Amino acid sequence: MSAQTMALAFFDGVAYAALVFLVAVGLTLIFGVMRILNIAHGSLYAFGAYAAASLVAGLGLMGWSPWLAYPALAVAAALVGIIVGGAIETLLLQRIYAKEESLQLLVTFAVFMVLENVQRLVWGVQPYFVAEPVQMLGNINLGGIDYTRYQTLLLPAVALAVLLGLRLFLKGTLSGQIILAVTEDREAATAIGVNAKRVFFVTFVIGASLAALGGALAAPTTSILPGMGADMIVLSFAVAATAGLGQIEGAALTALLIGLGRSFAVYLAPEFEVLTPYLIMVLVLLARPQGLFARPEARRI
Amino acid sequence: MIRTFATAAALSTLLLAGAQAQDKPAELRVGISTFLSGSASVFGEPAKQAADMIVEDINKSGGILGAPVKVTYIDEGAGAEALTTEYKRLAQDGKTDVFFSAISSGNCNKIAPLAEDLKVINFMWDCGTQQILEQGKYRYVYRTQANATPEVLAALVYLLKTRPNFKTIAVVNQDYAWGRDSWAIFSSALKKLKPDAQVVAELFPKFGAPDYSTEVSRLLALRPDVVLSTSWGGDLDTFVRQAAQRGLMRNSTFVLPLAESSLQRIGKDLPDGVIVGARGDHYFLHPETRDDPKVKGFMEAFKARTGSWPIYPVFHMSQAFAALQAVYKKASDANGGKFPNKEQIADAMKGLSFRGLGRAITIREDGQGVEDQLMGVTKKVDAYPFPIIDDMMILPAAKLMPPVGQKSEDWIATLTPDLVKVEAASFRHR
Repeated sequence: MSAQTMALAFFDGVAYAALVFLVAVGLTLIFGVMRILNIAHGSLYAFGAYAAASLVAGLGLMGWSPWLAYPALAVAAALVGIIVGGAIETLLLQRIYAKEESLQLLVTFAVFMVLENVQRLVWGVQPYFVAEPVQMLGNINLGGIDYTRYQTLLLPAVALAVLLGLRLFLKGTLSGQIILAVTEDREAATAIGVNAKRVFFVTFVIGASLAALGGALAAPTTSILPGMGADMIVLSFAVAATAGLGQIEGAALTALLIGLGRSFAVYLAPEFEVLTPYLIMVLVLLARPQGLFARPEARRI
Repeated sequence: MIRTFATAAALSTLLLAGAQAQDKPAELRVGISTFLSGSASVFGEPAKQAADMIVEDINKSGGILGAPVKVTYIDEGAGAEALTTEYKRLAQDGKTDVFFSAISSGNCNKIAPLAEDLKVINFMWDCGTQQILEQGKYRYVYRTQANATPEVLAALVYLLKTRPNFKTIAVVNQDYAWGRDSWAIFSSALKKLKPDAQVVAELFPKFGAPDYSTEVSRLLALRPDVVLSTSWGGDLDTFVRQAAQRGLMRNSTFVLPLAESSLQRIGKDLPDGVIVGARGDHYFLHPETRDDPKVKGFMEAFKARTGSWPIYPVFHMSQAFAALQAVYKKASDANGGKFPNKEQIADAMKGLSFRGLGRAITIREDGQGVEDQLMGVTKKVDAYPFPIIDDMMILPAAKLMPPVGQKSEDWIATLTPDLVKVEAASFRHR
């Protein structure tokens, strides 16, 4: 493999990892704080993509500046996170925090199925596409190959900003510290007066918005169609599990590992492209069942 | 309870119809399997719309031999298990007369032996796999359209006729049965028709893959003369847009045998000069039939009803209904004008000739339809907001498929570069 092809595989891997990270980090954040594996995360990703497509198309129809498409992507993600995510948390999840894990899993799976059908009712089955945000930024030539600026520059930049932002928020602000406290020990945190209910709501909305942001940012690069959420939830679960559920920086590194693994596979062994993320996951979990970055949990008696 | 009601209803119909021929049913029941959910609903939904329109038309003009047509749909998106259960139920309790099934080749593989067991007439109206009728003998299973062999060979022959000097080719197909099988046909025929062509990359991204950036980068680095993709639906749209955006389509000639079904969605982002096909002579501006008032009327009515021009599954559906009407007519004529039973229908299928929205199609001895293949290149024109097909050729299907009784792979092994010289009618866009 020449240096040029290695460089090519690297750029593609980073762009792909950025998108996967955005979705996986929301999943892992929600799990870390609430101990719920949210299958409906995949629907939020799809809703983000559809909402972004509708909003950008709407802007186009009203004849507004096409540059507004970029803030529109973020607005679409926030709307989906707050409205859909907020509704899921207050109407359903709040009632089942004390219940068994398997029940929680089933409930979020049911929500996923319901939302898949809502999505079909609202947007139908024909693929949507919003290419403008990619086309407006144009291409950049790296090593003799044209890449889209959107995928090689903007997506990794947003992913990095989200990673740093989350880190600053959790480590540097009071609200973040409270979230971390609930993650560490919910009972103790409640005992000293932390409103766990509110923390859960805020965390879920942030996590849901991140899933929707992943979808909104993916929208300009892909066909938006039924079933896109199911694929993403499987992949982002692989990332979150490989990193260790609840590990934010770990999710970033794992997403990068899986993204690079996948793009190198396309050059070296294309037949293994689909398998690569899961091979990495299996190898990691065989060696470290709790995930790459998870600390061994303190035993609670 | 339901059974009692049905019997009562049937009795009353018999009493009402007492004056007419005893054996004419109150209605002709057709069971259609199509994708109403999942990614293949890009084909299934337009086909269903077409079926609804065609049935309305048939019933307005008195049904088939006086019996109104009643359609029941089965959603293939629910999975093969659900399809076979529902199929059996409709065949037994529902007393369905004829089935059109299926879109997915995997489902056709399941349905063909089942139909034979249940002794119900089944038209494989859209699925591509050539293997079913080549490997087995069926009395009740027919295909009212071409199959993968002529569909893929037409793309190869068109490529060799119009761009004979290419040296390297790469393939990017979906990783499932059709993606793999179509490449098997294409690559084995390529070795015979142009032995010096070199395959530089064989990429099979996941079915439904959201991103092809890595594939596109690799192809940009390899610079193949030709890029083939038999992908369809959202997968094809994504791949084509990413390839076009990054300039891959400037360096390489794209061959997209199913892209007729994506033209209206991809629109102006699809550059000129891409070789496209339509799994048959399916094109809403069909150079031979577009001025036929019946065809023209249908195209415009479909556009008015759904907002889009018909794509190939709509043509496949029209062919299945054209075959249905033709076979009932033929069997009834052979039966002294009486309403035929299913054995008489099965007898009449062989050698049946019928016309949907394109050229006439004939059913061979083995139940396979012989359907000519339209290929062409994309071109932007002012009249439509998406590329139309120009430099069209309609290639004769009979020359692009093995004779009855021979399997495609054995037949392809006997091909020579002379096949490229096969005579094809040429047309310009007008």
